[in-house]
Amino acid sequence: MNRFKLHNRYKAVVIGGSAGSFQGITRILSGIPQDFSLPIIMCLHRLKHVRNGFTEALSIKSIKPVTEPCDKENIKKGQVYLAPANYHMSIELGNSFSLSTEEMVNNSRPAIDITLETAAYVYKDRLIGILLSGANRDGALGMKKIKERGGLTIVQDPADCMIDTMPAAAMQLTEIDHCLNIDGIIRFLIELDKQYK
Amino acid sequence: MQDIEIADIRNLTQVIKERYNYDFTNYAMSSFKRRVQRVIDLYKFASVGHLVSRIKEDPAFFHDFISEITVNVTEMFRDPSFWRVVRDHIIPNIMLNHDTISIWHAGCSSGEEVFSMSIMLKEMGVLNKAKIIATDIDKEILDKAKKGLYAVKHMDLNEKNYIRYQGTGSLKDYYEEREGKVYMDRSLVANVSWREHNLVNGPVFNKFDLVLCRNVMIYFNQTLQNEVLKRLHESMFKYGYLAIGSKESLIWCEIANKFIVVNNEEKIYKKIKE
Ligand SMILES: C[S@@+](CC[C@H](N)C(=O)[O-])C[C@H]1O[C@@H](n2cnc3c(N)ncnc32)[C@H](O)[C@@H]1O
Repeated sequence: MNRFKLHNRYKAVVIGGSAGSFQGITRILSGIPQDFSLPIIMCLHRLKHVRNGFTEALSIKSIKPVTEPCDKENIKKGQVYLAPANYHMSIELGNSFSLSTEEMVNNSRPAIDITLETAAYVYKDRLIGILLSGANRDGALGMKKIKERGGLTIVQDPADCMIDTMPAAAMQLTEIDHCLNIDGIIRFLIELDKQYK
Repeated sequence: MQDIEIADIRNLTQVIKERYNYDFTNYAMSSFKRRVQRVIDLYKFASVGHLVSRIKEDPAFFHDFISEITVNVTEMFRDPSFWRVVRDHIIPNIMLNHDTISIWHAGCSSGEEVFSMSIMLKEMGVLNKAKIIATDIDKEILDKAKKGLYAVKHMDLNEKNYIRYQGTGSLKDYYEEREGKVYMDRSLVANVSWREHNLVNGPVFNKFDLVLCRNVMIYFNQTLQNEVLKRLHESMFKYGYLAIGSKESLIWCEIANKFIVVNNEEKIYKKIKE
């Protein structure tokens, strides 16, 4: 059964999340197959001046250790990446990360819009963007860019969110392909992974 | 709003190179593109083409362009744990063999890193043994650094960093607040020489015991990182130290084998080969 009409040409999954997304993220990272086929690139709002602890907390239940990339690190299949504290994280043509300390965007560094927008630019229609619970509008513009370049957009169902401002803002700004609760997102990712096996 | 094309960027950097001898061709595309977009928005240019024409015609504008295109965001005692390692291990190690110490801040921005260094050295009682050179490509930000004049709103973060660094005093010992502005104690940087210098094509002008080039090379692509690392390497004494930003890495660079990692968490390296 291929409920979501998926194919195996996607190159990456990007996830944005903010207030109220931690639990959802850990459920997703523990619910998908161990040998998940695509890179998962996450930009989550976090304390700006706490460098350590967050990846460790996310890694406890995750299928794979979550790592913060260094600048210009290559993006590898099946790895789980998290934007480091106090840096914006971009995707560069040639499939690597770039970090930057530019001004905050939407009051955030890392800003979800930057990660999503640069990923959309590099992966075009080979990208899946997922936006989770959050209390501001960061990520909405990024989701719009993903849609414009032919990628697939998913938001956490506002009814399933602790704080629904973020997905609601994205739904207002652009077309969203699927509106799913966390269980639905996990089922989606499992089905996606099957296309590669 | 139409996205900026890579061809537009190539044209822009080509014009800048020919007209002004500044070379941005190997800056990291993602952030450089955003910076160009930012200038276009700020000055309300109708297109990249209009920006290029203005740059061609107006050298004064070109200098404004440089200061807008560079990312100057910085903090005092950024990464407090880094500064503890410098204080507890790096400086004492250098002082074992010399009684003076030469330091280069490459890409010093508005000077917070330089003031942090001076405060640290002062608290260690060795400030008078240090010779410090601070450079940046952006003349305007250097002028700001020289003044040591900062906005009060940034001091909250600076103070927090200083506390986490575990300095011996209080950051307040080193500045005065007047009319909503912070004036750093200028005697801290009396021995600092501030210079305009471009890491991409500027000369190797000296040798140092300690080079800080933190959060600067992240704006370069890998080709340029390789080139600049060679220059930094040439600017260091054998067994000198190099510090880069906490999320940067040298391991991909061609001359990585000329360094060893001294502290991987804080990204401090030591030059072991000429
Ligand atoms: C983000 S700041 C880093 C400040 C400080 N080192 C820190 O880590 O907080 C980057 C600085 O690098 C400077 N820069 C960029 N390109 C440069 C170049 N080619 N040569 C010298 N400095 C450059 C910018 O003007 C900017 O002030």
